Amino acid sequence: MKVLLARTLLIVGAVALLEILCRFGVIPNFTVIPPSAMAQSLWSILASGKFSEDIAATLTNVGIAIAAAMVVGVALGTLLQSWPAARRTFDPLFATYYAVPMYAFYPLLLVIFGLGDFPQIAIGFLLAVMAVIINTLNGLDRVPPVLLKTARVHRLGLVSAALRVRLPYAAPYVFTGFKLAVAYSFIGVVGAEFITSSRGIGYEISFAYNNFDNPVMYAMILFILLLVISVNMSLHAWEKRLLARRRRA
Amino acid sequence: MRWRDSFILVVLLLAGWQLLYLAVGDVALRSPAATVTNLNSLLADARFLPHVRETALAFAQGFAIAVVVGLLIGVPLGAARFAGEVAEPILVALYSIPKVTLYPVILLIFGIGMPAKVAFGAIHGIVPISIFAMNAIRNINPTHLRTARAMRLSTFDLIRTILVPAALPEIVTGIRVGFSLALIGTLLGEMFGSQRGLGHLLMQAMSLHNIERILALTLLLVVFAAGINALLLALDRRLHARA
Repeated sequence: MKVLLARTLLIVGAVALLEILCRFGVIPNFTVIPPSAMAQSLWSILASGKFSEDIAATLTNVGIAIAAAMVVGVALGTLLQSWPAARRTFDPLFATYYAVPMYAFYPLLLVIFGLGDFPQIAIGFLLAVMAVIINTLNGLDRVPPVLLKTARVHRLGLVSAALRVRLPYAAPYVFTGFKLAVAYSFIGVVGAEFITSSRGIGYEISFAYNNFDNPVMYAMILFILLLVISVNMSLHAWEKRLLARRRRA
Repeated sequence: MRWRDSFILVVLLLAGWQLLYLAVGDVALRSPAATVTNLNSLLADARFLPHVRETALAFAQGFAIAVVVGLLIGVPLGAARFAGEVAEPILVALYSIPKVTLYPVILLIFGIGMPAKVAFGAIHGIVPISIFAMNAIRNINPTHLRTARAMRLSTFDLIRTILVPAALPEIVTGIRVGFSLALIGTLLGEMFGSQRGLGHLLMQAMSLHNIERILALTLLLVVFAAGINALLLALDRRLHARA
C-alpha cells in the first residue's frame, strides 16, 4: 500500500514538475508543451474522430501481428520441444535473435512487399514470435514427467497429448510469451509506421513532427504511451494472478 | 558441439536465403554470394568509411552513457528495497513502450545531429541495464552480507569480495541486452534525423530502391551485432557457470 502511494506520488510529481517547467517557460513550448495541453489536445482529437482511421489501422495491424506470432510461436515451440536435435541447432539463433536490429530488415520488406500494411505487420510479427517460442519451450520443459506418463497410459497421440496435457500445463508460461508479444508487436508496428508508411498512429506522429504541429504530435505520443502502458499493466496483473494460482495448486 | 551446431545453423540460414532468392529473383533480393561481393566493394569505398565511423562513434557514446547511467540507477534501487519496489513497474513500463515515438521529442531537445543519435541510443540501453542491475543487487544472498559484517570487512573489501562477484553475472547479462538495444536506438536515430551514418545510408538506399546497398548494409549490421553478442554471451555464460 505504501509502495503504491509512493509510486503514485512519484508519477504525479513528475507530471506536475513538467507542467510547472513548461508553464513558466523554463522549457520552451516549441520543445515540449505542458502535459495539460497534451491531454486537452488529445481529448479534442479523440472527440473529433480525426485519427480514428489511423488508430483502427494500427490496432488491426498490431492484432494481426500478435495473432500470427502466437499461432506460429506456439506451434514452432511445441515442435522444437519434441525434436531435441533441431532445438540444439537453433539454440544459437534464439540467443542472438534479439541482438539483431530488426528494423534493418524493414527496407528489405518494403522493397519485397511494397508500401502496404504487410511490412509493418511483418516487423511486429518478427519481433514478437521469438518471445512466444522461447516461453513456450520454457513452459513445456517444466511439464512434470508424471503427467507425460499419464498421457502415455491413456494412449494419447502426440497431438492430443500436446493439446490436452502439455500445452495446458505450460499455459501460464505461454501467457508470459503473449504479454511480451503484445509489447513487441506494438514496438514493431508503431516503429515501422514511423519510418515509412501511409497511415497509422506512428505515421501521424511523424507527420505532425515534420509540420511542427506540437499539439497533435504530443497528443498522439501521449495516446500511444497511455495505450501501451495500460495494456501491458493489465496483462502483467493477469499474469501474476495466473502464476499465483499455479503455485497454490 | 556448440561450434558444430552454430556452423549448421549458419549453413541453414544461407541456404534459406539462397532459396528465397531463387524464388523471388532479382526484383527484390540478391544472392548471398553477390551480397558479400557488394559488401566488400562497399567496404573498400573511401566514401563509405566516414559513415561507419559516424555510426560507431555515436553508438560507442550512447552505449557508454547507457552503461554508466543504467548502473547509477539500478545499483541504488537494488540496494534500497522500498525505492526498488516503487520504481520497478515504472522501469518495466518504460521498457515496453515503443520508444521510437519519443524520437521527435529527442530531436526537439537536441536538434538534428550527433547528440540526438547518442541520446536515442542511450535511452534504449539505459532501462534494461538498470533493471538487470537492480535485480542483481537485490538477489545477493543476505547470508553473505551478514557473514561480511561478522568478519568486519571494510567497505572496499565488501565490494571487492562479495558485491562485485555476486552481482557481476546478472549485470553482464543486462549489459548484453543493453548493447543490442542501444545499437537499435542509434540506427533508428540515424534513420530519421541524420545526414550521415549507416542508418541514414539504409534510408537513402530504401528511397532509391537500391537493393544491393540495402542487403549489404543489413548483412554488415547483422554480422556485427551477432558477432559482438556471441562474445558477450560467451562471457555471460562463463560468469554464470562460475557463480
